[in-house]
Amino acid sequence: MTTDITIADLDHTYPGATTPTLRRVSLEVPAGTRTAVLGPSGSGKSTLLSIVAGLSTPTGGDVRLAGHSVLHQPPHRRDLGVVFQRPLLFPHLTVAENIAFGLRMRGTDRAAIRRRVTELLDAVALPGYGERRSGELSGGQQQRVALARALAARPGVLLLDEPFSALDPQLRGDMRALLTELHRREGSTTLFVTHDRDEATDVADTVTVLLDGRVAQHAPPADLFRRPATLTVARFLGGAGNAIPGTASAGHFDCPLGRLRLDTDHRGAGLLLIRPAAIVVGDHPGDNVVPATITAVTDRGTHLDIQATSGGVTLQLTTGPAAPLRPGDDTPLWLPPAHLSVVTP
Amino acid sequence: MTETGLATGSRPVQGARPVSGAGPVRGARRPRRPLGVGLARPTVLILTGLWVAGPLLPLAVQAFTDQWFYPDLWPNRWSLAGWEQALGPQSRLAEAVATSIGIGAAVAALATALGAAAGRALAWHRLPGRRLIELVLLAPVLVPPFAVAMGAQVVYLRAGLADSLTGVVLAQLPAATAYATLLMSGMWAGVDPALERQARTLGAGAWRAFREVSLPQLRGGLVVAAMFAFLISWSDYLLTLLIGGGVVTTVPLLLFATAAGSGNQAATAAIALVAVAPPLLLTALAARQLAGRDTALLGVGR
Repeated sequence: MTTDITIADLDHTYPGATTPTLRRVSLEVPAGTRTAVLGPSGSGKSTLLSIVAGLSTPTGGDVRLAGHSVLHQPPHRRDLGVVFQRPLLFPHLTVAENIAFGLRMRGTDRAAIRRRVTELLDAVALPGYGERRSGELSGGQQQRVALARALAARPGVLLLDEPFSALDPQLRGDMRALLTELHRREGSTTLFVTHDRDEATDVADTVTVLLDGRVAQHAPPADLFRRPATLTVARFLGGAGNAIPGTASAGHFDCPLGRLRLDTDHRGAGLLLIRPAAIVVGDHPGDNVVPATITAVTDRGTHLDIQATSGGVTLQLTTGPAAPLRPGDDTPLWLPPAHLSVVTP
Repeated sequence: MTETGLATGSRPVQGARPVSGAGPVRGARRPRRPLGVGLARPTVLILTGLWVAGPLLPLAVQAFTDQWFYPDLWPNRWSLAGWEQALGPQSRLAEAVATSIGIGAAVAALATALGAAAGRALAWHRLPGRRLIELVLLAPVLVPPFAVAMGAQVVYLRAGLADSLTGVVLAQLPAATAYATLLMSGMWAGVDPALERQARTLGAGAWRAFREVSLPQLRGGLVVAAMFAFLISWSDYLLTLLIGGGVVTTVPLLLFATAAGSGNQAATAAIALVAVAPPLLLTALAARQLAGRDTALLGVGR
C-alpha cells in the first residue's frame, strides 16, 4: 500500500527568526517512488521532513498524503515511518519490542506482531537479534533496527533524515543497498533528506536540490549533473569547474571556443557548463570538436586531472589514469552536446 | 548537594593514582593496604549509624518501662503499660496513623505528579527566568517555616480551607512539590526528548508516548520523589497544627500532645516509635531504587 506525497507552497519561519527556513517549497513524490531532498546544512531540508512528519508546523502551504491534507493531523495519525540520523531505539525495550512498537500502538494481535518482527529481522539481516538490548548493538545494527521499526506497520510513507550520515563510509554503502532492497520489498513512498550527493543519486530516482529554503532543481540524478538549472546548483554539485561565458541562441552557443551546437532554452548572454569528466580527448566525427593544448597533467592514481587551453579559455578535464598525455601536447577535444548546458551568469 | 560535591571531589584523587583501576590490579593491591585504612570505613559507618539512630535507642528502652529515673543507667522495672495506653481503646493513635497515611499518600501522589510535569518543563524547555524558578523552588528550604505557616493560616482561613484534611494537604503540598520538582527535573534531563518524538511517528499519541517511552526511564526517580514527599508530609507539625486547627490529628500532633499533656513518658516513647517506623520501612523499600541502577540520583550511592 503506497501513498503519494504532495508538498504545496510550503513556507516556514522559526519563531523570532528574520529569514524563512522554507520559501514556497513545492514537491510531488508519486506513490512508490523515492525522492531525495539534497541540500547543504541549513538549507531547511530537515525542517521540511519534520513538517511532513507532523513534528513541526509550517507557517504556510499544505502537505497532502494520498490527496488529503494532513496538516491538522497529529504525527501519530499520519501513516508514516521516520528514521532519524540517530537510531533512537527505546533503551528500556529489546530489539524485537522496538520493532513491534508501532504495531503495538495500532493494536495488532500478538501472533501477527511476532511474524512481522521475525520477517523484518531477516530483512535487515539481523536474524536472532530480537532479545538483545539496543546497547548491545553496533551503530549500523541499531540503524538497521530503526529502519525495521519504521517499516513494521507498513506505512504508506517512509521519511529518512540523514539516516546514514553517522555511519562510516563502508557501512553507508551497505545501508544504501539495504534501503533499495527494502524499498523493493515494502514499496513505501520514500522521502529522503541528505547532504551527501552520492547518497542522493544512489538511493533516489528523483532528486530535489534545496538551497536556502528554495527548490533549486527537481530532476532525475543524471539530468541533475548533465543540466544543472543554475550556477549555484552546479557549484553545489561540484560541476562548475568549466564555466565559459558566451551567447546562447536556438541550438547554438557562441563563445571563445567557437560556435558549439547544443540544445538549450536559454537565450542571450550565459555561462556554458560542462563537467570535467564529460570532455572526451581525441577527434570525433561531427560538431563540437575544438583544438586544444595540454598545459598541466596531475596523476591522481584513479584518474588524471588535466588542464588544457583552447581559444584562450582554460578547460578542466579528467581522463582514465593511462591516457598518454603530457603538457605541451596538442589534441582535439570533443564537447558532447548532451553534456552541455547554459545557465544565467 | 553536598554529597554530590564530595563525590566529584574525590574523583581526581582516584584518577591521580598511577594505575587506573583495572580489576586484577586492585585485587593484588588489597593485602598491602594498612590496617588503619581497612578499619576506617566500618568505623565511619558505625559512628554515623550511632549519630542517626542513637537518640532512638533510649526511646526503645523507655517504651517498655514505667519507672526509669535520673541517676539510674537502666530501668528497674519493665512494663507494657506505655503500649497499652498508646494502643488502648481511649487512645487515638490508630486514627492518627490513618490520618497521617491518608494525608501523606495524597501529598505524595499530587507532589510527584506536579513535580514530574514541572520537572519536564524545566529540563526540556528553555523557559525564560529558569534560574529564578529554581530559586523559588528552593524557597521552602530557605524561608523559615514559621513565617510561611503564619501567613498560610490567614490565607487558608479566608479561603475556608482551614480545619480540614483538604486544607492540610494543600498546605503541605508546596514544600513537597518543590523537592519533587528539583528531583524530577534532574531525572528528565537524562531522558532524550527525541525518543518521544520518535514514538509519535510510530503511532503513539502524546500521552501514550510519555507513558510508553519516558515513564519507564523515570520510574526510579518517581519512587524516590513520592517517598520524599510522603516523608515531608509525615513529619510535618507546624502547618498541620495551624491549618488543621486541632481538628486534623496526625501522628506528630498526637505525639506532641501526649508528651506535653499527659507526661506519660512510656506512652510518648511508644508513639514516637510508631512515628519512626514508616520512614524506616519506606527507606528500606526504596533502597533498591536508591542504590540500584540510578546511583547518580541525589548523589547517594557510590
